[in-house]
This record gives sequence, structure tokens and C-alpha cells, in this order.
Amino acid sequence: MYETITYEVKNNVAWLTLNRPEKLNAFTEQLNKEITDAAKQAERDENVRCVLITGAGRAFCSGEDLAGVNEQMDHAEVLRKRYNPMVKKLASIEKPVVAAVNGVAAGAGMSLALACDFRLAKENASFVEAFIHVGLVPDSGNLYYLPRIVGHAKALELAVLGEKIKAPQAKELGLVTEVYTEEEWDEKVAAFAERLASMPTKAIGLIKRYLQKSWDSDLDEVLEMEAGAQKTAGLTADHHEGIQAFLEKRRPVFQGK
Amino acid sequence: MKKQMQNKEFIKTWVEGKVGVIQLDRPKVLNAINTSMVREIVETAESFDREDDVMVIVIRGDERTFAAGADIDEMAEVDAVTMELRNQFTDWDRLAIVKKPMIAAVTGYAFGGGFELVLCCDMVFASENAQVGFPEVKLGVMPGAGGTQRLTKLVGKTKALEWLWFGDAKPASEAYDLGVINRLFAPEVLFEETMKVAHRLSEQAPISVRLIKESVNKAVDYSVYEGMQYERKNFYMLFATEDQKEGMAAFKEKRKPHFKGK
Repeated sequence: MYETITYEVKNNVAWLTLNRPEKLNAFTEQLNKEITDAAKQAERDENVRCVLITGAGRAFCSGEDLAGVNEQMDHAEVLRKRYNPMVKKLASIEKPVVAAVNGVAAGAGMSLALACDFRLAKENASFVEAFIHVGLVPDSGNLYYLPRIVGHAKALELAVLGEKIKAPQAKELGLVTEVYTEEEWDEKVAAFAERLASMPTKAIGLIKRYLQKSWDSDLDEVLEMEAGAQKTAGLTADHHEGIQAFLEKRRPVFQGK
Repeated sequence: MKKQMQNKEFIKTWVEGKVGVIQLDRPKVLNAINTSMVREIVETAESFDREDDVMVIVIRGDERTFAAGADIDEMAEVDAVTMELRNQFTDWDRLAIVKKPMIAAVTGYAFGGGFELVLCCDMVFASENAQVGFPEVKLGVMPGAGGTQRLTKLVGKTKALEWLWFGDAKPASEAYDLGVINRLFAPEVLFEETMKVAHRLSEQAPISVRLIKESVNKAVDYSVYEGMQYERKNFYMLFATEDQKEGMAAFKEKRKPHFKGK
């Protein structure tokens, strides 16, 4: 069904693997579209309680395939048509989305990682704000997410200087949640995603939704959003299970409902 | 407590407290509005308008959507003369003169005729992820049940033209920023929160609520001078009500008023 990615659901985790290893998983129109479609598929599938995006081969994603870039290209339209729907979809899925950054994440590849809710990095992985090196501006949500993750000054530094950020530095910056060694990578990544997939999915979705909105809202609005969110979360089976497990002094088993 | 009413073909209706609810009910076609549905909505709204126990009317769709548009199949083959003779939009005119407050609770989509129905209401509450718009232009037509007039009065000419010319679906947040929507709620709690507002409104002095609606509508249609004459008459008229005596007595006695709608 998909040609540039593989998609598989395992233990409630949708594994979405960018699969153009010979091109370092560079974006083509088809790859953008397949990521968006697969994200929609994961969104609809009640079995899926966590989405994991990773790359096949040695790179996570090297950004736009420069082989396809030419003088006639309308850069704005490329973004509106291909990249922006992908970025918006990742933001609107009310399930946790994890980027397992297995190698270099450059340019729009870095943007893709930023558009996910969590980033894990393999020890030799790196992030590069590559846009400036070809005289361009970070795009695909990069300028939105980067300052929110690392702060304004650091974001400006990274975007303008375009220097490679290695995994340990990315951890220091708060850009990634965990760095894993090559040996433990597969196992730890799966464990991280499966842990998220066993949590109260609805509550995670609401946290994601309202943290996003908090950036454009004042205290009164956020307080009101929290009240609505708590009302909703309070009606979930997972909330009842959490309370029940607490009273019975056992570990809760959340169903994501 | 829900008091179920005799259900019609295309809508469900019931009364909760003093709030009459009309739910559009053609889920298979995303509640697309046809002439019979409009007739049912109007007749129900008019009967709620006459009923002493109902103070506020809420119009809603289901959890998924409000109404994705008008029934295109019904219109596609009709000619201009038939439409003139059929004069179907008079039903919409009747909806506009309902005296009790009408509140729309908008989930999912309110497009075309669905959005016109929303704009017929006095207050609008919507899900944060709802979308509204007038896609008629894409079918080579335009709104015909008040869309161009009501939207323009609400948002002004430049924005109205942009919305109507391109026919794009607009996020609820944009409609909220422009004052088309009173308040946004999480989709999960929209109906409940809307009903809270409706119940609160249903406890206000009924004749005040009614004459305020009438006066505000005159502000939209009349010159300021004429509107103010109208307002003044309504203000005077309230001094003929028992509720005015009660409201002012309660204020002086520092107690809660008990309004009777008389």
C-alpha cells in the first residue's frame, strides 16, 4: 500500500518507518503524502495508542530531496501542499507521537522530528538546521516548534549558524528526551513507545491539545480549558480504573478509553 | 429531566427544564438540510415560541456534525420559476421572527445552509474543532437563505466577501475572533456547556430577554435614531410587567428575584 514508508501496528504502537534508505530518507511528494496518510490511519485506528516515526538505514530523514529542487519550483506552494498538511496532522492527532531519531535529522527532517511530541536519539544521531546553508529559512513548523522547545535565543543560534547538534548536546538542550546506545536502541525505543501506549490515551490527547492552545491563550482561557479537559478526562474509563487501582493498591491497567 | 416530544422525520425534539432542543437528525448525510427539515425546524421553533414552559431554544446536530450543507440532490434540477413559485425561503423568514432566544451548538461542520441556520440563531457556541463556511460559490451559486446578509452584518463587508467568494471552510477559532461565535468549548463538553448557558438564560426575566432580543435586532436593521425610539418603547413596556416590580423589589430587599414572565 505504501511505497516510501512501512507501516506496522505492534503492541498498540503504529511504527511508521521512512523507507528510502538509499536517499537518506529524503522527502519526496510521495513520502510527505504517505506520512500524512499513515498518520491519519493511525489516528483512526482505535488499537493504536502511540505513533512512532523512525527512519530505515543510517539516517532519520535528510530533508527535501534536492534532486527535485529546480528554478521553477514555487517554494511556498511546495510547503502548503506537501509539508504543512503533514505537520498539521501530527499536531492534531490526539495520541502521543514519538520521533525515534536513528541518524541524521537535517532540514525538513529536523522539522519532522520537532513536529513530534517526543524525540529519542541514537547516540550517533544528529540534528542540523541545514536550511541556512542553501540560503533558505527553516520551515515545516521548525520556526514554531524550535523556540518553544529550546528557547528563543538558542533557536536563533541553531537556525542561523546551522551547526550540527550531536545527540548528547540535543539532550542538554531539551531537544530529545532520551539518548540510547546503538546496542540498546531497538529495545529501548520499543519500550518507550509501548509505555506511552499503555497510558491513559485520552488524557494524553487532552494534554497535547491544551498545551498547544496554551501558547495563544491567557490564564483565564487556560483555566477554562483545563476545567473542560478535566471534565472530559474525568468521564473516561481510564480515570475510573486509576482511582480503583489506587484504592485497591494495585497497578492500574489503562485501556485508552 | 428530558421530556421527549413527538418526533418528526428529520429532527428530534425535546424539552429539558425550560429549554427546548431541536436536533437535526439525518446522520447518514451529515444532517444535510432539505426543505422538509427546515419546515420541521420552523414549526417546532414556533411551537416552542408559544409554549409557556419553554424559555430558550437550542438547535444542534449530533456529536459528529451540525449540518454539512443543503441537500444538493433536491436542488440540482430545479429551475428559477419553480423556486419562485415554491417560495421555500419564507420558512427561513419565519425562523427569524421567533421571539425567544435561539442558541446554536455547533459540532463538526456548519456549511452552506447549515451555516445559515447557525446565523439565524442569537448566540452560537461551537466545538474548538468545528468548521464553518459558505461553499456555495464552488457549485456556481450563492447562499439564498440569508447567508450574504447575516454574515456581512456580523463580520463586515471585506471579510464576508472573502469567505463567500472563496468558499473555504473556516476554523471555528477564526469565526470566534470575528464575533460569529460566542464561545468555543472542547467537543466533548459542548452540548453540556451550551445547555448550562441555555438554562442560565432561561432563568432571566423572560419578557426582558424577549424585548432585548427584539431591540438588538432593530439595531441591526434600523437607523440608530429609529432603533432608539424602539428601545425606549420596549423599556417603558417592561414597567407594565410584574417581573419589573418583582426585580426592583428584590433588589431593594437584597434577595433573589422570582420572575414569572408576566
